[in-house]
Amino acid sequence: MNVDSTPGEILLAVDELHGGYGAVEVLRGISLQVRQGEIIALLGSNGAGKSTFINTVCGLLAPGHGRVEWLGRDITRLGSAGIVAQGLIQVPEGRRVFPNLSVLENLILGSYRRGRAARQANLERVLTIFPRLRERSGQSAGTLSGGEQQMLAIGRALMGEPVLLILDEPSLGLAPLIVEEMFGLIAQLNREGLTILLVEQNVAQSLELANRAHVIENGSVVFGGSRAELLATDRLRRAYLGS
Amino acid sequence: MIDSALIGAALWPALVNGLTMGAIYALIALGLTLIYGVLHIINFAHGSLLMVALYAVLVLFERLGIDPYAALVVVVPGMFGIGYVLQRFVINPARHGRDENTLLVTLGLSIVIENLASHFFKTDTRQIETAYTFMMVDLAGAVISMPRLLAFAGALASCLALAVLMRSTDLGRAIRAVAREAQGARVVGIDVDHVFAMSFAIGLACLGAAACFLLPTYYVSPQVGHGFVLIAFTVVVLGGMGSFTGSLVGGLLVGVIESLGGLLLGESLGQIGVFVIFIVILLFRPAGLFGQRT
Repeated sequence: MNVDSTPGEILLAVDELHGGYGAVEVLRGISLQVRQGEIIALLGSNGAGKSTFINTVCGLLAPGHGRVEWLGRDITRLGSAGIVAQGLIQVPEGRRVFPNLSVLENLILGSYRRGRAARQANLERVLTIFPRLRERSGQSAGTLSGGEQQMLAIGRALMGEPVLLILDEPSLGLAPLIVEEMFGLIAQLNREGLTILLVEQNVAQSLELANRAHVIENGSVVFGGSRAELLATDRLRRAYLGS
Repeated sequence: MIDSALIGAALWPALVNGLTMGAIYALIALGLTLIYGVLHIINFAHGSLLMVALYAVLVLFERLGIDPYAALVVVVPGMFGIGYVLQRFVINPARHGRDENTLLVTLGLSIVIENLASHFFKTDTRQIETAYTFMMVDLAGAVISMPRLLAFAGALASCLALAVLMRSTDLGRAIRAVAREAQGARVVGIDVDHVFAMSFAIGLACLGAAACFLLPTYYVSPQVGHGFVLIAFTVVVLGGMGSFTGSLVGGLLVGVIESLGGLLLGESLGQIGVFVIFIVILLFRPAGLFGQRT
């Protein structure tokens, strides 16, 4: 927990972002910033617009009004391929691994936007972090357990050399022990210098990790601040921590 | 009654002939199954586009004196380019609506292409005659024309090249990834629309190769695609929709059955065997020989 550490430069700056699906507006002007080296928790109930927000930022959904900046550069309409190349990479909700491809092929595709030069070194690094994936490298991803698929999804994202890693509900559907392992891993990756935006329903655990939290309700940010500030806000503490 | 000894003697040549035709069927079906497997659309224009490639080979030969095999370097990239543009600018815009839309677009394409061909080339059946058209090779008792043997080797080599592309290149992996998990593909930065267009283009490049191998021993007319597209659909369903191995094995199987059917039942009834086997296989394996149940 390094709440008081000096914040780094602003990586991601989202300003008044609107968006949704066709005529249905889900995001009603979301603004937030992510600085180098942070772990930011993005909290909110089901349907609050967290995944829509992530997918709009990452270029998977067409944005409405508003602006997304990456290192000061406008990437609002850059498209997912270009955004991934910038190092803004997400581990999507539901993992979205390629079930018909082998574990190794899944990882290789993670480096699709990177040159072949660093591929082998990155692969070695990921397989060292996840020895389980090394054991199963020839197996098709569809045969893995949920926890293993989540590791694969994270490993695949790491292959893309992320600067900011967005994790969308990484603990969803996993056994408590695996969840524990997952959060440990996130902390470790952060210590190694990776900036993390963590979207979670597992509020208590993600708050233990995060430097700052944002709470989204009905497509708007209703809170942004440190963990202590969030805990000091009665309504939010009751709504998200139930105490 | 047909003399059984006579049939015995004719069996091997029929088998060889069936395999040579089957390899071409496999190549055409491979293009179809690739397009289906990735884009989930049934390309009704597949036969007409084969016809276009056949006319391209014919014109290159008649007007410019380019050998059909040498035409590979023009026709394969040409069909690839046509495929990329067609998918990106004609078929893809229709993908956002209902599934039937793309079906109608490819069906409409085939009608337009065939009528254009009838207009420009008339409805005559045309053939080419090369120096090696009547060159024969004796394969352990089966006398087979040289171009058919080359077609067999060429079609198999093309299938192999495609398999290597799909297994061992980033593009191949991206194509297989998009086929099953397009959203996941976007997440890793794959340009899915580009992969769609590339898949369609590669499917049509298969037709280009098939046309070059086919024309020296076959003919072309504006309707020539009909027979092939029916066989290709049969092969794809028989082998398992979207399965590469299925298309290859199915193509060779259909070629052999057709040829043996022709031997036993006469040329005009030869294809009955194909559809009998087709029905029997689907009775016992509804997903096809190599299909995955979903």
